Amino acid sequence: MDSVKVIEIKKSIFESNEIDADSLRGELKAKGVFLLNLMSSPGSGKTTTLVRTIGLLKDKLRIAVMEADIDSDVDALKIKEATGVASIQLHTGGMCHLDAEMTRQGLDNVPLDGLDLVILENVGNLVCPAEFDTGACCNAMILSVPEGHDKPLKYPLMFQVCDLVLINKTDVLPYFDFDLEKCREYIHLRNPKARVIPICAKTGEGVDAFAQWLLEEVTKWKN
Amino acid sequence: MHELGIVFYIIRDVKEAAREHGVEHVKTVVMNIGEVSTVVPEYLTDCWRWAADKEDLLRGCELRCNLLPALTTCNACGAQYPTVQHGIQCPHCGSKDTVLKCGNEIEIKEIEV
Ligand SMILES: Nc1nc2c(ncn2[C@@H]2O[C@H](COP(=O)(O)OP(=O)(O)OP(=O)(O)O)[C@@H](O)[C@H]2O)c(=O)[nH]1
Ligand SMILES: [Mg+2]
Ligand SMILES: [Zn+2]
Repeated sequence: MDSVKVIEIKKSIFESNEIDADSLRGELKAKGVFLLNLMSSPGSGKTTTLVRTIGLLKDKLRIAVMEADIDSDVDALKIKEATGVASIQLHTGGMCHLDAEMTRQGLDNVPLDGLDLVILENVGNLVCPAEFDTGACCNAMILSVPEGHDKPLKYPLMFQVCDLVLINKTDVLPYFDFDLEKCREYIHLRNPKARVIPICAKTGEGVDAFAQWLLEEVTKWKN
Repeated sequence: MHELGIVFYIIRDVKEAAREHGVEHVKTVVMNIGEVSTVVPEYLTDCWRWAADKEDLLRGCELRCNLLPALTTCNACGAQYPTVQHGIQCPHCGSKDTVLKCGNEIEIKEIEV
């Protein structure tokens, strides 16, 4: 007779990733390297913001960048050309997010011993990257003005997992019905502790506040 | 594609469970999928068929999805309501201060061997 045996598993598919992420964070802590996971929709200004920010910090911190893209190395080249810091491209092989295992593989190509800060530009997507802990020490996201102030209501998990929200492209505020105060309110509904900093990556306005935040977080992490 | 990535995580975890239990072939994998988990069960089973048949352990193995309802609790009035119908705003008092209680599960419930 063909008997069927049932084995109960009851395991979330996120569970192994969370274990991997915690162990990666532990290793980074031991090495004194701070990993920032930067997320957003496509085109909200991650690369432009990074170029500006690295310009302000590269004399104070030793920095490298990991660019996660489904399939190109445009951003990695742009960072290298514009800032001179090491940048590597991670191809996600069609995946819509990075998990801790993929992040670790990327970090294997970065000379961690000589670094203070690694910034990961995650895949442009507001859903999946929020579900997978990369092992980063802090999560930050960029919401750009043309996307609208109601995004925290539509993608609650993304705002819940971020320690910092940058609101970018403030130069175009006059042309959109984006309500900055409402946006802050919606973000804090999802995450009362989130820091919110409006910036304009195009002109550099506000980017110094982000750089300052980052410098403080890196310093805290190393102590 | 989102669902294919999820399938690879399921395969990884099922392989591990099979190894622990000394199982050589799995007949069925039963999943609990929350209504707002961002996974579309039909896409998941399509991706599953393609990926599972490449593994000896899982050749011909069926993936079954139990759909779990999503419920949200209102912090303002304490009511609980179905998330898919009303979204983030409480239908009882109008507050947007609400939290998802359940419905985002992507969980392997059991395997049949
Ligand atoms: N007006 C305005 N445009 C901006 C600003 N910041 C970025 N942009 C423009 O927005 C576009 C996308 O910027 P990127 O920095 O490439 O955005 P990204 O998030 O890295 O994009 P992906 O990596 O493709 O997801 C570019 O054309 C930028 O010049 C800003 O503050 N104001
Ligand atoms: Mg970019
Ligand atoms: Zn209510």
